[in-house]
Amino acid sequence: MNIHEYQARELFEKFGVAAPRGKVATTSGEAEAVARELHTDKIVVKAQIHAGGRGKGTFTNGFKGGVHVCSTPEEAREVASKMLGQTLVTHQTGPAGRLVNQVFVVEGAEIAKELYIAILLDRATSRPVVIASTEGGMDIEAVAARTPEKIFRESVHPLLGLQAYQTRKLAKALGLTGKQASAGAKLIAALYKTFISCDCSLVEVNPLVVTKAGEVQALDAKFNFDDNALYRQPEIVAMRDTAEEDPREVEASKFGLNYIGLDGNIACLVNGAGLAMATMDIIQYYGGNPANFLDVGGGATKEQVAAAFKIILADPKVKGILVNIFGGIMQCDIIAEGILAAVQETHLSIPLVVRLEGSNVELGKKIIRESGLAVISADSLADGAEKVVAAIKAA
Amino acid sequence: MAILVTPQTRVLIQGITGSFGARHTQLSLEYGSKIVAGVTPGKGGQLFEGIVPIFDTVAEAVRETGATASAIFVPPPFAADAILEGVDAGLDLVVCITEGIPVNDMVKVKAAMQGSKTRLIGPNCPGLVTPGGGKESHGGCRIGISPGYIHRQGNVGVVSRSGTLTYEAVWQLTTRGLGQSTCVGIGGDPVNGTSHLDVIKMFNDDPETEAIIMIGEIGGTAEEEAAAWIKENCKKPVAGFIAGATAPPGRRMGHAGAIVSGGKGTAAAKIAAFREAGIAVADTPSVMADTLIKHIQALKG
Repeated sequence: MNIHEYQARELFEKFGVAAPRGKVATTSGEAEAVARELHTDKIVVKAQIHAGGRGKGTFTNGFKGGVHVCSTPEEAREVASKMLGQTLVTHQTGPAGRLVNQVFVVEGAEIAKELYIAILLDRATSRPVVIASTEGGMDIEAVAARTPEKIFRESVHPLLGLQAYQTRKLAKALGLTGKQASAGAKLIAALYKTFISCDCSLVEVNPLVVTKAGEVQALDAKFNFDDNALYRQPEIVAMRDTAEEDPREVEASKFGLNYIGLDGNIACLVNGAGLAMATMDIIQYYGGNPANFLDVGGGATKEQVAAAFKIILADPKVKGILVNIFGGIMQCDIIAEGILAAVQETHLSIPLVVRLEGSNVELGKKIIRESGLAVISADSLADGAEKVVAAIKAA
Repeated sequence: MAILVTPQTRVLIQGITGSFGARHTQLSLEYGSKIVAGVTPGKGGQLFEGIVPIFDTVAEAVRETGATASAIFVPPPFAADAILEGVDAGLDLVVCITEGIPVNDMVKVKAAMQGSKTRLIGPNCPGLVTPGGGKESHGGCRIGISPGYIHRQGNVGVVSRSGTLTYEAVWQLTTRGLGQSTCVGIGGDPVNGTSHLDVIKMFNDDPETEAIIMIGEIGGTAEEEAAAWIKENCKKPVAGFIAGATAPPGRRMGHAGAIVSGGKGTAAAKIAAFREAGIAVADTPSVMADTLIKHIQALKG
């Protein structure tokens, strides 16, 4: 789950991570009011979308740049009016861009230095790791590739947490001295506390700045949260912005289905994530183009299966469907009943290939056979993929 | 011999009275596995299906029945605690089926388990099966949720992150007359107890395992590490498949661990590592067994 920059700012406020003052605005009037409260002649107005590259992006109304520096509240209002309700296209949003419903109005920092700090799970050690670099304000992957010696990593013992001496080591690695070093160490400690308290999978501050006045602040923040932990993070869940997500995926999540929308025309419905990925792969291998990833999981009910079907069919690009089930937890008769229910309710008119194997397979096949529906049966995964690709071509 | 479990292994089920645990205990009993105890706090003293004694704690269950392995069917908020209880009771093996455990819980569990004698498999895994010699491989040890009938006693070791993709490989092997020594699902989470490499080392040392199928997917570098070791040390033919070549970057593909981040963990990199290590790569999930068979023949010829 992702959140907006202004929400990240709210989390920083909550956990004591120093950051420039700012607030969210949903109208140009609000933007002006926030700007006025800041009492500064350097006001930054930032479009709020769940994607990077905003500074270099362009709005579909022609307005250039999703991040603007203004010197007066009136200017902030003007800029906000050109952003709000408009669509911003960046190199990360894809050509369709994202609708901007909020802007973040924040005091501009007089930047003396740009640094980088992030906390994430290091899969190699199964521990959180704090990553620091003096090369802030740029693509950290490029820094890691070009000058790996400029990336400093500090592994955290999961049961002890980030120790004070470690925050001092990191501050030193960031080139901070004196008061800035202790401010930096304090910020890093607060950032780690945020990472753990909110069950994050990533917190990235790029840039972490030292201002000309000598303050150490988090200028921008990117958060990713562990989806598995959302059940115990109601405040984070409340920050979810479904307008930033693929509507098909939003619908799927209402039914507890694991769905990711893609661009192709062959939809798949599979049990198990590995098999679901492999099904997408084999469709492509046989010349087709997968429309989605969908793992109905083992515990899916007949109703969830029917809902999954409807979500797939709501996608106008879909020209054929492959159901691939190898039942372990999932039982083939449940899938079969779900499919029947869905086919009847949606008056299915596109080719449907069904491959069943595993728990209760004979019963599942029987249910489909006796339904009299125009379902193409497949004996194996390859058979299913070949048949669905062929069926689309024939149609 | 197989690895980790034999038909004689005494198994307890944590979460035996929940519907998920109950169903799969039933199936394991039908398969002929030695399910000797169940643990559900508060239900101690009851009997599951009139045969399996239920205890309040794992320690008590181990003391009374001599169980050495556990399967955990406990919901995500309580699963990390269940793992730690199994470790504390001195079990040899804890297999955690549960999907959805917060990553940070597993990070702590893994740190806490360091130095203990208990092997953890999973979480978010289908478990493991050492097939038996009976009809449809009955009589073997089934810990977890795999359909028993797809297995067959034999000499191919299977290790995988994915449950249902494992069943594909196993069924392909069985229908071609190639049985399995042990099938191990290590699970789809980014922090887990046992890696591909851990299992492959066991297969390499197991006299009953003559060949190996390794199934991986996008995310992390476990497959690459295993491949590097295999190149230098593995005496047996290995075939592999990597799922997720068509997955878009940055998205979590169902499994918490199946995500390409920052350009790392791609299917292409893993496939390249496999080839570099002399592992035969299946182009599609449909030809995993055939790929192994051809590879074995090529090595003989």
